[in-house]
Amino acid sequence: MNFIKTVLGASAVSLLSTTVLAESLTIATVNNGDMIRMQKLTDDFTEKTGHTVEWVTLEENVLRQRVTTDITTKGGAFDIMTIGMYETPIWGKNGWLVSLDDLSDDYNVDDILPAMRGGLSYNGTLYAAPFYGESSMIMYREDLMKKAGLEMPSAPSWSFIAKAARAMTDRDEEVNGICLRGKAGWGEGGAFITAMSNSFGARWFDEDWNAQFDTREWSDTLNFFVNMMSDAGPPGYATNGFNENLSLFQQGKCGMWIDATVAASFVTNPDDSTVADKVGFALAPDNGMGVRSNWLWAWALAIPAGTQKEAAAKEFIEWATSNSYIDLVAGKEGWANVPPGARTSLYENPNYKDIPFAKMTLESILSADPNNSTVDPSPYVGVQFAAIPEFAGIATEVSQEFSAAYAGQQTVAEALAKAQALTNDEMEAAGYR
Amino acid sequence: MARAVTNQRKIINTVIAWAIGLLIFFPILWTFLTSFKTEATAIADPPVFLFFDWTLENYTEVQERSDYFKHFINSVIIAVGSTILGVLIAIPAAWSMAFVPSKRTKDILLWMLSTKMLPAVGVLYPIYLIFIELGILDSKIGLTVILMLINLPIIVWMLYTYFKEIPHEILEASRMDGATLKAEILYVLTPMAVPGIASTILLNIILAWNEAFWTLNLTAAKAAPLTAFIASYSSPEGLFYAKLSAASTMAIAPILIMGWFSQKQLVRGLTFGAVK
Repeated sequence: MNFIKTVLGASAVSLLSTTVLAESLTIATVNNGDMIRMQKLTDDFTEKTGHTVEWVTLEENVLRQRVTTDITTKGGAFDIMTIGMYETPIWGKNGWLVSLDDLSDDYNVDDILPAMRGGLSYNGTLYAAPFYGESSMIMYREDLMKKAGLEMPSAPSWSFIAKAARAMTDRDEEVNGICLRGKAGWGEGGAFITAMSNSFGARWFDEDWNAQFDTREWSDTLNFFVNMMSDAGPPGYATNGFNENLSLFQQGKCGMWIDATVAASFVTNPDDSTVADKVGFALAPDNGMGVRSNWLWAWALAIPAGTQKEAAAKEFIEWATSNSYIDLVAGKEGWANVPPGARTSLYENPNYKDIPFAKMTLESILSADPNNSTVDPSPYVGVQFAAIPEFAGIATEVSQEFSAAYAGQQTVAEALAKAQALTNDEMEAAGYR
Repeated sequence: MARAVTNQRKIINTVIAWAIGLLIFFPILWTFLTSFKTEATAIADPPVFLFFDWTLENYTEVQERSDYFKHFINSVIIAVGSTILGVLIAIPAAWSMAFVPSKRTKDILLWMLSTKMLPAVGVLYPIYLIFIELGILDSKIGLTVILMLINLPIIVWMLYTYFKEIPHEILEASRMDGATLKAEILYVLTPMAVPGIASTILLNIILAWNEAFWTLNLTAAKAAPLTAFIASYSSPEGLFYAKLSAASTMAIAPILIMGWFSQKQLVRGLTFGAVK
């Protein structure tokens, strides 16, 4: 009888302790394919740890506003937040995020791609673990390129791209030589033109935080873009973002598309794309100045400082951004669907090497350096953004001026003059100048 | 001859009314149709209208991925709760403004309405901090109160307009018969204003149901209503239009059905006092 009591008592204590240790985590995330896949696989995490997960999935801009409000007010609505390379160093510097330098040895933090680790750290401390990373690259129609009598180099120049775009354009067949983002928004057209401007020798600020839109480099960038898009871009490109161009490309209406490397899995998916078997890949173009026009971005998982569930949150981050998670996805949905761009070992994996866009994705990521993104020295970190709190607001306004120029509502010179004035005003008000 | 002209005019008016109605309804119809398409068909150019392989796949996936009923119940509680609370506060307020007006009544009414002119984001941080202090972040109570406060000026204005149409003499007669203030409002005024109150309730349920700023910014996982459910299917990097359409259809269906059945009351209430 005593034995039975002891066993029952021990079981009860064991059950109780399990219940106490098991946490319910609330995670804010974006709605994209890789994140949705992670949500579906959450049961694996719960089975392994006992912790449950509640997801708050939001559109990217809504998410950014939502998590920013919460972290700046110490609201505590979320235990884990999905944030990007722009927010991480700023929030890390402000002490709003929990350091991730103490993740377990099994996690192998040294396996994270150096560019990603650097972009998600502040002063050498890792504040967010990359779930997936991306750069940008050229996706092009091999058949149309051949028809135009051209051959795409693996690392082309902007002059080649402009020439190929014009040669591939066939207005009668509704084929546009090139599709690029023109939509206003710092993360939409703003990101593209900033990355492009880097390769033209332009920069947002000089070392004293003076705006640089009055320079020849910016004028060259914007004029080149507008001329090329007028000749070979789709009608109404000033309002096209990622989704609009993806739709055009999948329907065979773009000869080339320069955009996020994650798009490669969409355009090569025969279920959605009519040109899935005709797509080739190349590095984003350069202008012979030593800097290419590709960007660098990561969606990463971070823990807001002050959460009561830090230990469980770290367990989740280790699970979601580990090599074993990659193996889990590969086993269930194939290697083409694993989250790319975060870990070096993925690109050494023979199974992944067979994926047609894997090599170019890695090369694109490796060729982007957030600490040296411009030809002339600049005071900021970031390739398609400057990692300062004021950037999002300023860049949104600047990209609106640029989009107005793309739409023909003002000249390039007028757009640049307005961008120069508003940027200097904002930077002065913020105390940088 | 005159009759023929009238008929012709009637036909023209009917055609114009249908055309405008269809134009207004078209986005909802398109969303509904897209929800039965594959993602590839959803972005087809030229667009496919009716002749495609209809599929329920999007609805299945949405239901698998999200807990629709949890969001639905949250929406019902928040929309109905905020409206009832608002009406309970607004009836006495509108009564006093309509039947016992002071020098400042018009100013107060205008001031109440002016609060609607402030962009919501302007007070996001103060409200968020108050919610944290009170511990009502991501709670149905918090959202019910905030939506009630947001819609209160409209409720008061609508009820005030309806009450103004009721003859003072009837209320005076009830007072002469010995009715207390409570009895006057409950047993004399309210029954006469039922159509107006009903349309106010309906309109405010619709407003609260569709409110998407506070419901997104003050919720996380527990109190999120259907607006958050829809928002979770919007993506700037990926074409999920068919799934987004399925989620939207599921979110607006209850309110559309309610609006359909109560359209007479809605139209009557909204046009009440418009023509004298």
